[in-house]
This record gives sequence, C-alpha cells and structure tokens, in this order.
Amino acid sequence: MTTTSRPNPLGPGFDVPGSEIRYREAFNKTLGDELRRDPDVFVMGEDVAGGAGREDLGIIDSWGGAFAATKGLIQEFGADRIRDTPISEAGFVGAAIGAALTGTRPVVDLMYFDFITVAWDQLLSNAAKNRYMFGGQGKIPLTLFARSGVAAGYSAQHSQNFYSMVAHIPGLKCIAPSDAYTVRGLLAAAIRDDDPAIICNHKKLINMSSFVPDESYTIELGKGRYLRRGADVTLVGMSYTSEVCRLAAELLAAEGIDAEVVDMLSLSPIDEDIVLESVVKTNRIVIVDEDTPRCNMATDIAAIVADKAFDSLDAPIKRVTGPHTPVPYSKPLEDAFIPSPEDVVATTKKLLGA
Amino acid sequence: MEITPEKLRWLYTTMYRIRRFEEVLLEQTALGKSMGVAHTSDGEEAGPTGICAHLTDADWIGSTHRGHGHCIAKGVDTAGMMAEIFGKYTGLCKGKGGSMHIADFTKGMLGANGIVGAGIPLAVGAALSAKLKGDGSVGVSFFGDGATGEGTIHESMNLASVWKLPVIFVCENNHYAESTPVEYAVSVTDIADRAASYSMPGVVVDGMDVFAVYDAAGEAIARARAGDGPTFIELKTYRYHGHYHADDPHTYRLPEEEELWKARDPLPNFERKVIEQDLMDEVEMERIRNEIDQEIQDAVEFAEESPLPPIEELYTDVYVNYSNSVQGLR
Repeated sequence: MTTTSRPNPLGPGFDVPGSEIRYREAFNKTLGDELRRDPDVFVMGEDVAGGAGREDLGIIDSWGGAFAATKGLIQEFGADRIRDTPISEAGFVGAAIGAALTGTRPVVDLMYFDFITVAWDQLLSNAAKNRYMFGGQGKIPLTLFARSGVAAGYSAQHSQNFYSMVAHIPGLKCIAPSDAYTVRGLLAAAIRDDDPAIICNHKKLINMSSFVPDESYTIELGKGRYLRRGADVTLVGMSYTSEVCRLAAELLAAEGIDAEVVDMLSLSPIDEDIVLESVVKTNRIVIVDEDTPRCNMATDIAAIVADKAFDSLDAPIKRVTGPHTPVPYSKPLEDAFIPSPEDVVATTKKLLGA
Repeated sequence: MEITPEKLRWLYTTMYRIRRFEEVLLEQTALGKSMGVAHTSDGEEAGPTGICAHLTDADWIGSTHRGHGHCIAKGVDTAGMMAEIFGKYTGLCKGKGGSMHIADFTKGMLGANGIVGAGIPLAVGAALSAKLKGDGSVGVSFFGDGATGEGTIHESMNLASVWKLPVIFVCENNHYAESTPVEYAVSVTDIADRAASYSMPGVVVDGMDVFAVYDAAGEAIARARAGDGPTFIELKTYRYHGHYHADDPHTYRLPEEEELWKARDPLPNFERKVIEQDLMDEVEMERIRNEIDQEIQDAVEFAEESPLPPIEELYTDVYVNYSNSVQGLR
C-alpha cells in the first residue's frame, strides 16, 4: 500500500484571496475564466442564454441556463460562443463531438442528467470510441455538465444519477464535484482535458456555498479527497452523498464514533488508493450512493475493496443506496428514496455493533 | 460546369480506384484475408468522386459502414486501407477499427461510422468548427437511404439550417437498407423533398453520372463556402453487391433490376462521354486502369506482408490521459 500526500481537505483557499460562493456561481466563474483563457472554448445547450435571436427587441440572456450557470456570459462572449440550441440533444451533442474532433473545445450544458439517454448513442458510439477505433487519431476535448439527483419533486425522469452508466464506458470520464470549491477546480480541469468528460451536478448542491479562491485553479481528475479524518469506519460519498456522509459523520461523532469521510470527486478515472488507504486504517466501510442499487458505483467500489483490501476488513462491506425503483414525486416517498444521514448512521452503528 | 483536363483524369482514376479496390477486396475476403465484415460500394463510385472533386484536405467528410469509396475519393491511401481491413498494424487505424471505422484525419476523413446515422452530427460539428474558426472549410456528410429514418438526420438538418452551417448532406439512395427496399421504408419518393422542411435546397441527382454529381456538388459546396448554408443532395444509385460480403442480394431483388442499373454503370458512362467529346482517349484510360490495377495489387501485398498489431495496442488510445491503468482495471 503506497501512502500519497493529499491536499488539505479544506482546499488551499484559507490563505489565499477568495470568497464564499454558491456551487452554481463557481460554474459561472469557471466558464468565464476558461472562455477568456482559450478562444477555442465555447458553450452550447438549451437556453444557455435564452430568448435567442431576439437581440433586436432588446432581449438577451433571458435565462442564462436552466440553473443560471451561464448567466451573463453572452454579454462578454457573444452568441457564437454562448450558443443556444434547439431541443435536439442527439443532434447538438453529436455536433459538439464533431466540433471537438475538428479543433474546438465545446462545453455542453445538458440541463438534466436524465437527458443523457437521448444523446447516449453519440456519447457511447462516437465520443467514447472514435479515438480508439481510429487508432489514436483525433481527440475529443468535450465537457458536458448536467443536473443529477433527487430533489424538489422533479420525479422519475428528471432525478436520476447515471454515474455508473458513464463510468462503465471506456473512453468517457465521469466527474462528481461535491461543493463550489471542487466545481471550480474540476470543471477547469475537465475543459482543459483532451478527453470527453461528463460532470454531474447534484441539484441539492447547486445553491450551497463554500470558500472558493479568486484565482483560477484545477483539481486533478481521478483524485478523491478526505472530508474528515477518523479511525473507526470509512464513509465513502460522491456528489451529494459526500455531503450526506459528512453530516452522518457529525451525528456519529456525537455518539462517540469517529468516522473518516472520503469524497470520490471522480468516478472514472477513480481513486482506488484513497479508498484502500482509508479502509486499511479503519477496517470498516460504508459506501453511500444515491443511485439505484444494481450495478451502481457503490457496487464497483465494494468490489475494489473486496478484491484489494479483503484482509483488512473486520466486517462486511455495506452499501447505502436508493431503492430499485424509479424516483417518486410525493415528498414523503421522495424522502424515503434518498439515502439520508440517519440511514448512514443506522447502517454504520449496526456494522460496529454499537 | 467547366472541368479541367487534370480534374477529368482525377474523376476517372478515382472512380476506377474505388471499383478495383472493392472488387479485389471481395476476392480477398472470400480468401479469408479480411478479419471482419466488408460492405462494398461498387456501382456507387460516381457519388463520392463527384462530391470530393470539390474538396481539399482542410474540408471534412463523415462516412458510413459503406465507406471505402468516400475514403478513396477523399485521397486516403489504399494500401493503408487494405492493411486496416486485413487487421494489420500498418493499417490507417493500426488495425483497431477495420472496414467500418477507417479514418484519416490528415485527409479530412472524419471516420467511417458503423452506427447508421450516427456520423451525420459529426459532419455538422465539423462545419460548426469551421464557422467558429472562420476558416472557409465545409463539412460533408455521406449517408444512405436507410439513415433517413434515423432521428440524427432530421436533427442535423435542422441544426445546420438554423445555424446556417457550411454542410452538404449527401444521401446515397442505393434503394436498399440491408434487404429492405426504399419504397417500403421511406415515406417519400424523392428523399430530397425533405430538404424543404428544413429550408434548404434539395436536389435529386443521377448518382450513376459523375458529371451530374460534379455539377450539383460544385453548386452546393460553393453555396456553403459563401456562407449561404446547407444543401441536401440525393444521389439515385445502386450497390452492385449485397449489404455485406456474404449477403446474396438475389434473395430480395431481381436480376432484371440489377441489369437495368448496370446498363448505367458510371465507368462506361464516363468513357463513352469523354470519347464522344474527344476529351480523353481509350489508350489513356487503359493506362490509368493498368496503373490502378497495379496499385491495388501492391496494396494487397503490403497488407499481407504487414505485421499484426502487438497485444499492448489493446490498451492504448482509449484516452489521451487517464490516471488509472487501463490494463490494470481488468
């Protein structure tokens, strides 16, 4: 087992100029930085500006993206680079892949992560495979971001977490930032990266704030981080479940249980080392994934631990996930779908025999 | 449209090169030399030749599973193609793509695509790059009648139209999608009629006549380069062989129909015209045919003698950068 030095979990922010900003503002700021930095970068998607083509009526930037991630960018970068698209996901995602293959760096706002299935063949058959099947010719510096996750009554077709579908495909990268600080660093890294990267933004994170340095920075794709150090059990989260794990660790601490929290950040490539390093120390692991339970990321991480750290385990690997159902609408049903901090606490206490 | 003597020779050489490549490939496939399926395009040579006659290496074309003719018309090396189909390391894709995925980025060949209709948005994307960079290049998408039932063609035509992109949509209507006749599967008689729905010119062209294709393509490509947006060209054409090397087309089409199309073969059609108009003579054309016969024979020898890819190639070219070891994940 190699021990690698890891960045301060709070980020480098506390001794550099910066401010508390929301997750969605971190998106906006980073897109502005990258558009300014590289003239080949452009943003496209449904309503990324909004009200397109009505500039002569004084209408511009009416939406700025469905979650305002692109608000204000069209004024600085123009309609060519903040490009509204028709509702035509297979068409414009495919066009973005073609544009990436021929020398530009498109950033696609896909609005909801669920819509990835409408564009799936383009991502699966072209973005993921072109470089390989062409024997290394061409690269696809495409970044695609979309809102995932269960929240606010979006129900069955606007709430899914298809991390594992993306991570399953050789040729695609899957990124899951968990706060504004990691959004800024991972989005910048993905845009500058030469492979197709898909970024999952959980709806519950979008309005949460955290400290973000003013200066642009990148976070290496494929590296996780510790949100909390502890000795008794490892809690593994991704995207919003990293926040769930952090809250669960606080509840456990109040009961005298010292949990370590690993925030995966990237799901493909995946930081096996941080998970193994932690579980070798704590000997117990609970993996929290909001996705449905069959063939999800929690299952994959469990397999890695079973394969590579079996001798370190003092208890079975536990997974806390959504149920094998579509996401329901009504609030009590929706709440019952989502892995909560209390669910994580209950599973952990059972695991520890506490 | 005026054609220079050099261009005239190029048209004949290119059509014959496609014809000979496909014929020899079928022979070699029957001998077990191809490592996979081969979808041949003999009979359809006039289309890619007449279109690509107006393109440079800076222009991009997107292609299909039946893409050998597109590659050759775009200037891709036949020895590299043959080696690719033979699964050799010297192939254009190091033996990792095969017949259905031949690409040559140095020639503006954006890749053959094995999913029907999936390559169309890529050519639109190439045109979007061209527009953003202002470099005057165009994107050409080749696809068959079968692809016109896919959503991607409709989405791509709409995008190209609303963004006024320099794209030429080239529908090679060879009248069969696998074994399914076009009149069964497509709701219109002339697929080019659908261009009107996307506010772009749509023209029906005799895809067996390279001069007709050359004229229509010249107009469409000039329009695209001038910033006037996309054009849809439907080429009425015919594939002489089955859907793929082992398909017997006589299970779904009549010999009489084949004979009607073969009577309009693009090569004799060309030869007759240039001799009538005293533009080229039979001696010159025979010399061209002999040169190409030799070139394709050399391509086969090159492919046969080339090494197979080393097993390490299984794990390369998946990503530009990936922090996990791809090999280590299995």
